[in-house]
Amino acid sequence: MRISIKFFASLREQLKMEDMDISVESVTTVHDLWQHVVKKEIPDNIMVAINQEYASMQSLVQDGDEIAFFPPVTGG
Amino acid sequence: MLVKVTAQAIEPWNILAHYEQQHIQSEHTGAAAVFVGVMRKHNEGDEVKSMYLEHYPAMTEKFLQKLAQKTMQQWDINDVLIVHRVGQLFPDDPIVVVAIWSAHRAEAFTVCRELMEQLKTQAPFWKKEQLHNGEYRWIEKNTHGYIVNT
Repeated sequence: MRISIKFFASLREQLKMEDMDISVESVTTVHDLWQHVVKKEIPDNIMVAINQEYASMQSLVQDGDEIAFFPPVTGG
Repeated sequence: MLVKVTAQAIEPWNILAHYEQQHIQSEHTGAAAVFVGVMRKHNEGDEVKSMYLEHYPAMTEKFLQKLAQKTMQQWDINDVLIVHRVGQLFPDDPIVVVAIWSAHRAEAFTVCRELMEQLKTQAPFWKKEQLHNGEYRWIEKNTHGYIVNT
């Protein structure tokens, strides 16, 4: 399946990873996807969205999804 | 209801005056509560030169739209306004304006506060400061939204 992945703010800089489109077969959850792509433990405070809606690390990933990882938000 | 994310400078009081004139019916409204967030010149003991506000274009405005809609449904209020800056900001630049109009003060005060806390903790925005010494740093957490007894 094809997955689009985005990283934001300090997380993008720490990981030195740019947005990417990848093809994966062995991934079922967001956690699996992180492990497959980043190959490190997920920091506790990382937030995730699937198709621009908040999700969890246990959420299922589907073909065509846009998955975004980001640090705690600091707007306002 | 007005929800807007913009890279243009915002003028909160002009936005509010214009919106009130166009959309707020005075016969139903007895209260307005407003929060304006402004960029500070100092943070954590350092002088700040500028700040970059990053967001997630596909998600941020959508999130704020849903937050505003949910707020309208949950509470007995007449209208909601949220305008938030992104991009390059300098000290004294307004960052955000949130306003609630209702029949009575209880809803206006409470909902303006509640909406602002939800925006601060959930809306996808991230601040990166440039200090006067040339250093850049990400702001990693929010300050308290409520007064803390020390």
